[in-house]
Amino acid sequence: MSEHKTINITLKVWRQYGPEDRGRFETIAVEGVDTHSSFLEMLDFLNEKLILEDKEPIEFDNDCREGICGTCGAVVNGIPHGHGKAMTICQLHMREFNDGDTIVVEPFRARAFKVVKDLIVDRSSLEKIIQAGGYVSVDTGGAPDGNAIPIAQEKAEEAMDAAACIGCGACVATCPNASAMLFVSAKVSQLALLPQGRPEANQRVLAMLKEMDKCGFGNCTNHRMCENACPKEVSITHIARFNREFLKAALVGRFSP
Amino acid sequence: MNWYMFVLGSSVGKKMLMAVTGLCLVGFLAVHLLGNFMAFAGADAFNAYAAKLHSLQPYLTIFNIGLATLGLVHIVIGTILFFENLKARPTKYDVYKNPGGRTIGSNTMPYTAVLILAFIILHLLKFTFVDKSATPIFELMSTTFANPLWVLMYVVAMVIVAVHISHGFWSLFQTFGVNHPRYMPLIMNLGLIVTFAFGIGFASLPVYLYLIQ
Ligand code: HEM
Ligand code: FES
Repeated sequence: MSEHKTINITLKVWRQYGPEDRGRFETIAVEGVDTHSSFLEMLDFLNEKLILEDKEPIEFDNDCREGICGTCGAVVNGIPHGHGKAMTICQLHMREFNDGDTIVVEPFRARAFKVVKDLIVDRSSLEKIIQAGGYVSVDTGGAPDGNAIPIAQEKAEEAMDAAACIGCGACVATCPNASAMLFVSAKVSQLALLPQGRPEANQRVLAMLKEMDKCGFGNCTNHRMCENACPKEVSITHIARFNREFLKAALVGRFSP
Repeated sequence: MNWYMFVLGSSVGKKMLMAVTGLCLVGFLAVHLLGNFMAFAGADAFNAYAAKLHSLQPYLTIFNIGLATLGLVHIVIGTILFFENLKARPTKYDVYKNPGGRTIGSNTMPYTAVLILAFIILHLLKFTFVDKSATPIFELMSTTFANPLWVLMYVVAMVIVAVHISHGFWSLFQTFGVNHPRYMPLIMNLGLIVTFAFGIGFASLPVYLYLIQ
């Protein structure tokens, strides 16, 4: 354990009253920040002060605060979830910053992610893509035997790597084109790898692609920034699998989206 | 029709068109580069090679129309992608950093593209759409590259092409879905070799022609 230290920082944070407001940056000096606090705790600390001063607190999304739910997210100094490798903003700690730092905090920016308030964005477009095909249909009846379908260890592992996606939207936020390909490909890849997902594989990839395009995300141009910003380190090899699944479905599948 | 519109018009479909046409253009450049090397064998060898090429009618015309079509598709789809991607983020970030992955090549694709297009137009005006009945092609080249400004222009243009390929080459494989930890490093290295081979290979001829005068 490092010793307790407090630092003074300057926060340049995006403030926006609502979806229709134009929004602006506000510069706020935050003094006496405990370096053991997390980034979100620093915001809590600041918000309590703002409330006591009769000012509007800074709104931000969060839930589990342990990097598993995917609810939190903001761009810190130009990188979604901050510069830490493989972590969400709720896992980012103030010990990563120095006394006197100016920290710029912005919401995830994309046409498909409308700002709701301050740092909160509407990511329901990601839900819509999942609803379009990111599932397997299971008939009712007795629960199937868990071991009835053998799955190769390497496939199970790779499917698990894809399933690690928490749907936070950092890939969209960091992509120069605001493309959602890493997110969408993670789900397509996960289900394409598993025998349970195969029967609907062709429909799935085309339906999810169609919905993704409809939501207004950009086109992937293989910058690879997404896999580097991803808190779960989802790899672009899943995007490659998405592309293969697309070719398969488009060329030999009979399904028309 | 519906199927064609969806498959080719979707975001991934458009990328596939970029990759197919990009691969063909890389193939063309490889052949073009081999042709250029004939010039190192001297004026007669190069002029004979050019005459041989032009005698291959109607195949040469068919080839040229095909190449122009591929180029046009590459340019049109690339332009559509560029504007769609611009639209996908209406509000820019105040601070925007690369968490890793982005390269000079990937960062500049649309800009190197426009410069390459400008170069191609100039190049065609200079060496293709000219009256070659009086002066053979080799002499046309050597008089052009007697001027160091033309040499410099061509060398810079070839660096720009190389930068475009430095991202384009591996990217087209990724777009086709050819990415596996086992051979992606090989593709990346091949891309580096192609980048330098094209850059140095194409730039060497103007420099050589300048130096031998
Ligand atoms: C010597 C000629 C050229 C070659 C060999 C070439 C090659 C390539 C390749 C291999 C790609 C990657 C495709 C992919 O990612 O799947 C690409 C992308 C691209 N090219 Fe070209 N290209 C050439 C000329 C041009 C020209 C003249 C333009 C436009 C004026 C252009 C515009 C683009 C654009 C906008 C992209 C997409 C960038 C992206 O998706 O990240 N290219 N090119
Ligand atoms: S709040 Fe759950 S991942 Fe950050």
